[in-house]
Amino acid sequence: MGIIKASKLVFEYIRRDEEGNVDSIQTAVDHVDLDVNEGDFIVILGHNGSGKSTLAKQLNALLIPSEGTLWVEGKDTKERENVRDVRRTAGMVFQNPDNQIIASVVEEDVGFGPENLGVPTEEIWKRVEESLTSVGMLKFRRHSPNKLSGGQKQRVAIAGVMAMEPKCIVLDEPTAMLDPNGRREVLSAVHELNRKKGITVILITHYMEEAVDADYIYVMDEGKVVMEGLPKEIFSQVEELKRHRLDVPQATLLAYELKKAGLPLPDGILTRQELAEELERCYVNYTK
Amino acid sequence: MLRDITLGQYYPADSPVHKLDPRVKLFGALVYIVSLFVFRGIFGFLLATIFLLFLIKICQVPFRFMVKGLKPIVILMVFTAVFNLFLTPGKQVLFHYGILTITMEGVKNAAFMLVRLTYLIVGTSVMTLTTTPNQLTDGLEKALKPLSKVGVPVHAVSMMMSIALRFIPILIEETDIIMKAQMARGADFEEGSLIVRAKNMIPLLVPLFISAFRRADDLAMAMEARCYEGGEGRSKMRPLSYRRMDYGAYLLLFSYLGGIIALRVFL
Repeated sequence: MGIIKASKLVFEYIRRDEEGNVDSIQTAVDHVDLDVNEGDFIVILGHNGSGKSTLAKQLNALLIPSEGTLWVEGKDTKERENVRDVRRTAGMVFQNPDNQIIASVVEEDVGFGPENLGVPTEEIWKRVEESLTSVGMLKFRRHSPNKLSGGQKQRVAIAGVMAMEPKCIVLDEPTAMLDPNGRREVLSAVHELNRKKGITVILITHYMEEAVDADYIYVMDEGKVVMEGLPKEIFSQVEELKRHRLDVPQATLLAYELKKAGLPLPDGILTRQELAEELERCYVNYTK
Repeated sequence: MLRDITLGQYYPADSPVHKLDPRVKLFGALVYIVSLFVFRGIFGFLLATIFLLFLIKICQVPFRFMVKGLKPIVILMVFTAVFNLFLTPGKQVLFHYGILTITMEGVKNAAFMLVRLTYLIVGTSVMTLTTTPNQLTDGLEKALKPLSKVGVPVHAVSMMMSIALRFIPILIEETDIIMKAQMARGADFEEGSLIVRAKNMIPLLVPLFISAFRRADDLAMAMEARCYEGGEGRSKMRPLSYRRMDYGAYLLLFSYLGGIIALRVFL
């Protein structure tokens, strides 16, 4: 079993009227199966309202599944006594950088998690230093979060999670409120944690570009996992993605259109680099 | 104007004042405020001034940061000064016209009141500028710890305070944004009678409150995700314990207070 495993996960938002009768039931997550191995970089794609955030919150036991079971490192999130361990194993970074930073000084915020866990003082400082270094924010340790850019704030939030020494981080649209620079900063920090420290990453996003380097992709729509596979497999199905109201990376889209127009290009081109190389090959073949 | 609020704005530096235990600084601010209302006469004033200048010198915070805190209360200061100037009864009349009378005592009172208010703000901002809100609330929490035995939720209150301090600048910025957005659509916050202006604030306050609640919800979730479960079983990043320096500071503080009291009693 992988570090995170979900079996037939269902989550329903139940709205009740004033007398407490069930008014409407909205199924946000509908029979989802997941299996994530340690050290993987997983991306969950979906447009707004596809249930991806609801799924993310269950990974951290902030929401408890209505049906089905979710195991984080073999621990069932439904059991009350597992909640602390689950949150320690799978840390969570949210969308709005301002609303998840608790302290008024960067290093104090990073120390908040370890403080909650009752980590001894000296160890807290060691962890704060390490995790700030790992996201490249050590030189801002005494700054106020209010004076940082969005990307920097989000990196502080990631450091705050890293200081709890999780095995897995779940990032719920961490770049949705950032500018392109901030987005790049955050993503490269996350990739580095994955590569260097072997942290399992579950990145939830609706930006296709962020999914290109993933080990495995899940696509969600209306609460269901509608597609899953390697980036190459997913992005070669342009029509299918469009049906789920998702775009494909620009390079992929261009390759797709060119192919439709008759150029002999392979499926699953993801980056500009690849596209340029393939086009060059086409041109060489053509001139021969 | 909103941006001038220096409350809870920490100024990072490496001075001895920064390193003091927050409890010392809290207590020190209290003692200083008391001393401002105890002193009488020019010598007490001198002592209070020297003490404040000494603090400003060693805390390594630029002077303008402290003066910034004065701006929002200028009106209050002018009011106080004017009232003291005209309404203090006294023997030595300097100026008389209709119901307006200025006495020598009035001038003195007004001047001292101005000095007191200025020193009060600057003195307390020495504390807030050199102490992070977290340290401050940690200090408060520890100092008030005995109260938790009689059921006062000391930890929860101090946590709420530190979060409130953290969100003051964010909400101020947000107010600014909403205000501009409403102004762009023709809202007018500056004209009309007081009642009209108060009414005009509603389109500003409603979105601000909604957003504040949303933020509170997000923050609560983020705290929960980081295993926050109240004060039980938490360790401290900066555990508070008095060091030699803190005892020295207490000594200095008490000799200052003693000096002020002595000056009042004997002079």
